[in-house]
Amino acid sequence: MPLPYSEKVMEHFRNPRNVGRIEDADAKAVEGSPACGDMVAVYLKIDEKTHRIEDIKFESYGCASNIATGSIITELAKGKTIEEAEKITWKEASEALGGLPPLKTHCSVLAVDGLRAAIENYKERHGLIKERVPTTEEVVRKRLKRVMNPMVGLDLVRTKLVRDIRIEDGVVTVEVDLPEDHQFANNIREEIVEKVEPLWDVRQVIVRFVG
Amino acid sequence: MRDRLIYLDNAAATRLDERVLEAMKPYLFEIYAVATSEFGYSLGIEARDALEAARKTIADALGAAAEEVIFTSGDTESSNLALKGVAAALGEKKGRHIVTTRIEDFPVLYSARALEKQGFQVTYLPVGPDGRLDPDRLAEALRPETILVSIQAANQEIGTLQDLPALARVAKERGVLFHTDATHSFLRVPLDVREVPVDLVTLSAHTLHGPRGIGALYIRKGTPLVRQMDGGFQEFNLRAGLENIPGAVGFAEAVRLVTPEENQRLRAMRDRLVEGLLQVPHSRLNGHPTLRLPQNANISFRFVEGESILLHLDMRGIAVSTGSACFSRSLEASHVILGIGGNHEQAHGSVRFTFGRFNTEDEVDVVVREVADVVENLRKISPLGKE
Repeated sequence: MPLPYSEKVMEHFRNPRNVGRIEDADAKAVEGSPACGDMVAVYLKIDEKTHRIEDIKFESYGCASNIATGSIITELAKGKTIEEAEKITWKEASEALGGLPPLKTHCSVLAVDGLRAAIENYKERHGLIKERVPTTEEVVRKRLKRVMNPMVGLDLVRTKLVRDIRIEDGVVTVEVDLPEDHQFANNIREEIVEKVEPLWDVRQVIVRFVG
Repeated sequence: MRDRLIYLDNAAATRLDERVLEAMKPYLFEIYAVATSEFGYSLGIEARDALEAARKTIADALGAAAEEVIFTSGDTESSNLALKGVAAALGEKKGRHIVTTRIEDFPVLYSARALEKQGFQVTYLPVGPDGRLDPDRLAEALRPETILVSIQAANQEIGTLQDLPALARVAKERGVLFHTDATHSFLRVPLDVREVPVDLVTLSAHTLHGPRGIGALYIRKGTPLVRQMDGGFQEFNLRAGLENIPGAVGFAEAVRLVTPEENQRLRAMRDRLVEGLLQVPHSRLNGHPTLRLPQNANISFRFVEGESILLHLDMRGIAVSTGSACFSRSLEASHVILGIGGNHEQAHGSVRFTFGRFNTEDEVDVVVREVADVVENLRKISPLGKE
C-alpha cells in the first residue's frame, strides 16, 4: 500500500496489542489531552518485590502512529523491570516499528512519555523517588529533548532550535530560533508548554519565537 | 481493490469524465497548434475558435460576457490573480485594506497573507458556528481605504454557503470590489453575475470531472487588475502563457455535462449519508444544516481521531478526508473547524465526505455501515467517552 507508514506500523495500527484498561492497576498515566490533539493512557501492573512489569495496557485517542507506538511500547515494556522500562526511548520504539515519518514523531512520543509518567507515578507512590529538585535550565533542557522538531523528526535541542532558557520565580521563558509565522510555530509552542508546565515548581511557560 | 474503491473526496479531485477526455482528444492530436490571430494559418484559427467557444460556454454558465472570462491554471492561480492583481492596481491609488474571512481556502488565505507582508492590512472576519458570515459584520469592516472583499461562495470543508447576493451588495454599495472563490459551488449552486454584483469569480475544472490544471477567473468589465504573469499578450493581456486549449475545451465539456438532475442526485445521496451517520452516537454535522453544498457532508465523531478513521476506511476501500491536525502538513487542526468556533477535539474527529458523479446510492449504505464500525472499533481503544 502506498502509505508513508511501514508495514510494521500498519500492522500494529490494524491489530494493536495490549489494548484496554487494567481496573486494579498499580500505576497509570494519561499524556496529552483532547484540547491539544492526541492522548494516550498507560496502565501498569507491577510486581511489588521484583519491580517487574507483569501486565501493561494502553488506550489511544490518536492517529495511526500514536496507536502503533502505544502498541509497540507495551510489547517492549512487558516483563521488564521499571528501571529498565523507563529507559525505553522513542527512538527504540520507532526502530522496533521500522521507522516513523518525521512529521509523526510528535504523535508517537506521547506513548513513551505515558509509560515513563506511569512508572514515575508508581515510584512516587511507593516512596522510590528521591527528593524533588528545583527546576533548573538543565531540567528544562531535558524536557525540551522530548519536543520534536517536525521538520526533521529530531528534538528541538539536538536541532539547535532552543536559543535561550530563562527561569525566574517559576516562570520559564523559552526562546526558539524560528520565525513567529513559521509553519510549525503554533504546534511547537503547544508542545513546549505541554512538556514544561507539569514541572512541580513551574507556574507559567512563555515561548518566544526569535528567528 | 481499485475497482471497488468508494471515492468520497471529490472536493479534492474528481475522476475525469470520459466524455471530457473525448472532447479534448482532437486538441491534443489534431488541432494542436497555438491559438493564432485571425490572419494565421488555419490550424491555429481552428485552435483559437475552440478556445473562444470554450470561453463562451463558461461565460454563459455564469451569465457573463465571453471577454469577461480568462483561463488560468486552476483556482489557486485565479485567486492569486484576483487578490494580488487588484492590490497592484489599487494599492497606490485607493488604499491598502482587504477584507476576507477566517475560513477561506488556502489560495485566498495565503494570497492575503502575502499581501500583508507587502504592507497591506487584511481583516479576517469571524463566521458564525454554522460557517455563515453576517452581512452586517462585513459592512462594519469596510473602510474608506478598503479595495477588495474576498468571500468564498461555499466552504471547501464544511460546505456552508454564504449569502453572496447580500454580501456582494454590501460591498457594491460602498464602492468596493468583490471577489468570490466559487471553486466548490460552481454549477452546484446557482450564480448569475447579472444578478449578483460580484466583480471577480474563481473557478476550476478539477471539482467538476474536468481536467486538472485548468481554471478560470471571471473579471467584470472595467475591473482594475494588474496581471501577475508576464510574457505574451494572451487572455486579453491579463495572463501570459500559451493557452491550454485541450484543458479549456475539457473544462467547457465538463460544464456542459452538469445538470440540475445530477445535483439532485448528489443531494439525495448526501442526505442519506448524513441521516445514517448521525445515528452513530456522539456524532454531529459540521456546517449549516441546509445552506450547504449538495455534495458535501462533514461529520465529527467524538473520542476518535480522523487520520485513524481515514486509514481504516482506506483499508476497506473508502477514500475520505479529515480536518484532524494529525493529517495536516502543518500539524494544525483545520482552520475551518476552529474558525466556526469548534475546538481541537471537534477537528480531531472530523471527516469530510464529498460526492461526485460516479458515486452510487448503494455506496452510501456501505459507507454508513463501515464508518459506524470503524468509529465503534476505535472508540473501544480510546481512553475517552467510557464513563
